[in-house]
Amino acid sequence: MAGDLISAADLAALWLTLRLAAITTLLLLVLGTPLAWWLARTRARARVAVEALVALPLVLPPTVLGFYLLLLLGIQGPLGALGLPSLAFTFTGLVIGSLVYSLPFVVQPLQTAFTSIDEATLEAAAALRAGPWDRFVSVVLPLARPGFLTATVLGFAHTVGEFGVVLMIGGNIPGETQVVSIAIYDHVEALDYRSAHVLSALLLTLSFMMLLAVYATNGRFRMFAR
Amino acid sequence: MSVVFRLRLTRPGFTLDAAAELPGLGITAVFGRSGCGKTTLLRCLAGLEPAAEGEVIVAGETWQSADSRLPAHQRSVGYVFQDGRLFPHLDVRGNLNFGYRRAAPARVRLRPDDVIGLLGLAPLMDRRVAGLSGGERQRVAIGRALLTSPDLLLLDEPLAALDAISKAEILPWLERLHAELRLPVLLVTHARDEVARLADHLLLLDNGSLLAEGPPAQLFTRADLALSATDDAAALLDAEVSAYDETDRLLELRLGVQTLWVPAAACPPVGAVRLSIQARDVSLAMSAPEDCSLLNCLDVTVCELSGELQPGELLARLDIAGQPLLARISMRSARQLDLVPGMRLKALVKAAVISGAGAAAPPGGLHPGRAGPKAAWEDRQAP
Repeated sequence: MAGDLISAADLAALWLTLRLAAITTLLLLVLGTPLAWWLARTRARARVAVEALVALPLVLPPTVLGFYLLLLLGIQGPLGALGLPSLAFTFTGLVIGSLVYSLPFVVQPLQTAFTSIDEATLEAAAALRAGPWDRFVSVVLPLARPGFLTATVLGFAHTVGEFGVVLMIGGNIPGETQVVSIAIYDHVEALDYRSAHVLSALLLTLSFMMLLAVYATNGRFRMFAR
Repeated sequence: MSVVFRLRLTRPGFTLDAAAELPGLGITAVFGRSGCGKTTLLRCLAGLEPAAEGEVIVAGETWQSADSRLPAHQRSVGYVFQDGRLFPHLDVRGNLNFGYRRAAPARVRLRPDDVIGLLGLAPLMDRRVAGLSGGERQRVAIGRALLTSPDLLLLDEPLAALDAISKAEILPWLERLHAELRLPVLLVTHARDEVARLADHLLLLDNGSLLAEGPPAQLFTRADLALSATDDAAALLDAEVSAYDETDRLLELRLGVQTLWVPAAACPPVGAVRLSIQARDVSLAMSAPEDCSLLNCLDVTVCELSGELQPGELLARLDIAGQPLLARISMRSARQLDLVPGMRLKALVKAAVISGAGAAAPPGGLHPGRAGPKAAWEDRQAP
């Protein structure tokens, strides 16, 4: 049944896409949480610059991002000069590209959530014997839960929909770097509309379901800080 | 247990510079107008103002000195904020347990059951915080702070955000707290009646510095302090209950050898009460009037006369059986009566209000039927 509807190569692309999105989201949550916390609490002047830098992937054409990443990760790039193997056209390279590409989609909802937590609430926790780490785990994390949910879903969904960056740094190696969005592009190029339909419908449904989950559980949420 | 502090905090346009040694028991009211540094003082004591310098020693433990400073979470303090600051992601039980779980086991003196009983929290335990009334919120906040078994309880205007009804609802709980907890409490307030009802000791703050400290009855009547210059200046007197007339609903009180009658709905179950008598309810006469609706005519001695405080009026500080009483009279009456310090005359008291349990009542005094839990608490409070 499934074999009739979807080819083994497309199934591999789908699996690769989901794996890429899951790993990227997980890493972004780990890295983005301290960054978003810093952005939400700091009074340092550098904050504005860092905020702009984080938001850059929102406005930059993915090909520009992909181009610079290709230069960075390629054999002639600074990594290559350090004697490290080239990461271009590898799955690891894709993960690195996706981290940059989806960064604002994870950091900004977290920052919004952290900003909305009153310093007063944290003072109350401190006066109840909770140290800094304890305050973060037992007050900040639960209060920021809607932000984490938004960040997870947006980070995941945005990585699934990635095209330009992947094309630039990952190319189109089936089973290695070929993701669904590129597989769809290939099918359309080859006038195989049936396969393109199947994959497109899958992505459409998946994205809608994820956003539905966010809106249903969060009531209303703001996607971006400020 | 005692509380010693010497604190200094400078902010643009404001400097807090205050030092005091407070009794290790009972409620100390921090009184003063808005912006005089009451809340800042509490925040410094709790360790919430990193820029504060000085010394804080509570129950023999140094919280802060010239070369060391414990962060807020390492100070054995209970802080009740003006707005409660309950955690919205936890229910009442979760809020109460937050501090209790984190208190060092060796220090735990108060257990959830004690505090829940003391503050009447049992019906609220499984409620969401968002659904609580203002008064309930503050009771939970007080309970939450108490469950850390603090050595010092800081109450930052716990009644300020409440309407009159919620206030009336929570005051009795504070009185019970005062009566049953062996714990120093600092209560920030700018309501005179809260001081009258609750405080044993008073810190008067003005523009960041300590203007005066002492028993409220003394400070309330000191002519040199702004407290006696306001429209609602009042004296606090400790009196003994000697009888209750059920037909006329009058309480007979003794002030030294003199007798005072006060209307009361019921006879309080204790022998001592604190009275609040406003200066504008006291008139002076050379001799006792014969036909007069005023019940109370007391022998007093003039101690001190103020200058003109309000247009055409001055304040006379009187002595009645060793306690101060205030009378607001017109400048003309003062001249006609030829008032001078040392003069003996009659004070006609129009109204006197029993101001609450206060310091005059023994622990648990005005709350009948509280013998059991109280005894248990006192055991645990022993040093």
